[in-house]
Amino acid sequence: MDITGKKLIVKALTEEGVDTVFAYPGGMITDILDELTKAPNIHLVLARHEQALIHEAEGYARATGKTAVCLVTSGPGATNTITGIADAHYDSIPLLVITGQVAKALIGNDAFQEVDIVGMTRNITKYSVTVNDRKELGRRLKMGFHIARTGKPGPVLIDIPKDIQLKNGDPEYPKEVHIRGYKPNESVHIGQLKKGYKLLKSAKRPIIIAGGGVKISKANDLLTQFAKKMNIPVATTIMGKGAFPEDDPLYIGNCGMHGRYAANMAIGNCDVLFSIGTRFNDRITGDLNEFAPKAKIIHVDVDTASISRNVVVDVPVVSDATLALEKLVEWAEEMNTEKWLREIYAWENENPLGMRRDKGMTPQMIMEGINKTFEKAFITTDVGQHQMWATQYIKLTKDREMITSGGLGTMGFGFPAAVGAAIALKEENKDVVCITGDGGFQMNMQEMATAINEGRSNITVCIINNKYLGMVRQFQQVFYGKRYIATDLKTPEGACVPEGSYVPDFVKWAESYGAKGIRVTEEKDIEEALKKAKANKKTPTVIEFVVSSEEIVLPMVKGGTAMTEMILK
Amino acid sequence: MGKVKKRWIALYVENEVGVLAKVSGLFSAKAYNLQSLTVGRTEHDDISRMTISVESDDITFEQIKKQLNRMVEVIKVVDLTDIPIHMKELLFAKIKQIGFEEKAEAYQIAQTFGIQVIDHDRDCVILESTLTERRNDELCVLLRRTFKHIDIVRGGSVAIEGVSTSCR
Repeated sequence: MDITGKKLIVKALTEEGVDTVFAYPGGMITDILDELTKAPNIHLVLARHEQALIHEAEGYARATGKTAVCLVTSGPGATNTITGIADAHYDSIPLLVITGQVAKALIGNDAFQEVDIVGMTRNITKYSVTVNDRKELGRRLKMGFHIARTGKPGPVLIDIPKDIQLKNGDPEYPKEVHIRGYKPNESVHIGQLKKGYKLLKSAKRPIIIAGGGVKISKANDLLTQFAKKMNIPVATTIMGKGAFPEDDPLYIGNCGMHGRYAANMAIGNCDVLFSIGTRFNDRITGDLNEFAPKAKIIHVDVDTASISRNVVVDVPVVSDATLALEKLVEWAEEMNTEKWLREIYAWENENPLGMRRDKGMTPQMIMEGINKTFEKAFITTDVGQHQMWATQYIKLTKDREMITSGGLGTMGFGFPAAVGAAIALKEENKDVVCITGDGGFQMNMQEMATAINEGRSNITVCIINNKYLGMVRQFQQVFYGKRYIATDLKTPEGACVPEGSYVPDFVKWAESYGAKGIRVTEEKDIEEALKKAKANKKTPTVIEFVVSSEEIVLPMVKGGTAMTEMILK
Repeated sequence: MGKVKKRWIALYVENEVGVLAKVSGLFSAKAYNLQSLTVGRTEHDDISRMTISVESDDITFEQIKKQLNRMVEVIKVVDLTDIPIHMKELLFAKIKQIGFEEKAEAYQIAQTFGIQVIDHDRDCVILESTLTERRNDELCVLLRRTFKHIDIVRGGSVAIEGVSTSCR
């Protein structure tokens, strides 16, 4: 018997095992929502803004490893998702975004809340399509799930006109789908990999760079075995942080713009660079001519288009990280890298990470407090200085993971991503810590309502409040002669409240939602506040850490210059 | 880097709404230098074939092919740059406000190039050319030099892989 499109949509979600849908209602999805009332096994999360909704879904997808499903209406509902979709695209997060669309007969008429969302998202999705025929609906949805989670994961957008939702048609949701133009790489070219391995084996000064692809492929343990068996030092990108144990002597830290001096020097001086799961973007390479100038480069990536795009490599290997590392672990033989490691440790001793401790509460102290208090936690960050401090000082382990907006650098990501992760980790009631700045937090702080309504007491928000849009202020401080413009968030002369104060009062703000608010201004109170937040099992907790505006992220590299030319002081 | 030169691709794609926009959008989004793009259905109703020319160096061209290949709607990418192909472009030229002598010259040009005069009036003729792109370029130069009032319409090249000969 034929069924309506909306019934088939809910059937598809059920058969795909979807238990959570992030939704925001609107005219063109009310029918689908109504149908969801008949699916008690699907929990619906009502966000407060569609951009934040996508970030919540991203946090959920990262915490569960599943494809997160989003449901929004046409027009502004759809356009509000764009930033989040672009973010997911950059950081390879599997999402299925269903947008309602005006009825087919109205498309092109400038109908109320009509936009060409497929056109707008074409190059920030893995796949985006309008379902023009009820007959195609099942296949398109199946394609969406398949494409989102296979190969290099990413967001898929399926736009469904209102009339298609209501039209009767085929009741079957396909069990599988064949797409002739989509063949994600599911094997590894052994000859090519062997060539890479031999090159690595012949090195005197080898180094491994691990990117986010290793984590996505769940190849952390394999990478660790491989590097340890061969005695090769490992640097990570920001997205790859956590792919290798940070307490291991072979770990030399993050590389790149705000990476560790030793890691960047090691890359600048290595003779063979083995990189896996990274796209070598400009934040990692700096001046391309000066990037690993003495090295032969082996590049393993699941995406052919990521290879030899930014950095021309000597041995390209198209492969999923797990597949490649399984083989490499098999082949791995011990190498003598003692001398090379001593060189790297000397660089580390020359310029270790560390802030001065004689000038009040520094961000470093807060990160150390989080390390100490939250042994098991899922950490999210926003974008800016606090993000870099988190990537520098938060120690990741098996039980302490972190996600961040690495590619797009989306301010406003951190808090909703934390809410989404907290929803995902509801059962185990794992702590979720959002490290954010006063700027980024204000971009999506309305999601406190979502957190409260979802009963998510396992969220601790740490706002590093330096009263500025700190990262840009840092540029202005270092590169623009301290001419500060558009970065001071304190109240100016002529504001409605006295000059030089700060709005909002984050403690009162948190309390207005029924959450707990704590303000910390001194080092001695850091740990106690974090402990209180952890112990609070009733509501989310917001801790505002008031820090100096002058603190900058060091070391740093000026955009477009060599990574070995770090500004250290 | 390899030298910057003109390169050709044949692209098999799903014959669906939005695919042309997606393919052409790639070129603008990534600042690739698209020179010409033609598209039409193949022997299969649900598959279209595009003939695309770009001007790029080796590395960029490799990247273009990879980027095209990973599009869900792209079924196959064929690099036509260095293989035997037959390639032609349709061109119409309307030569206007001409007298007897100029008209005679138009006919001579048509004869020289081996193309057709397909329409004719007292002070106007239309030429139809299906030559290679390069030959059409030369024709255009000559027409512009010889006549004052001309309309030129070009269709972009289509190409097919050669069997035992090549003409490009």
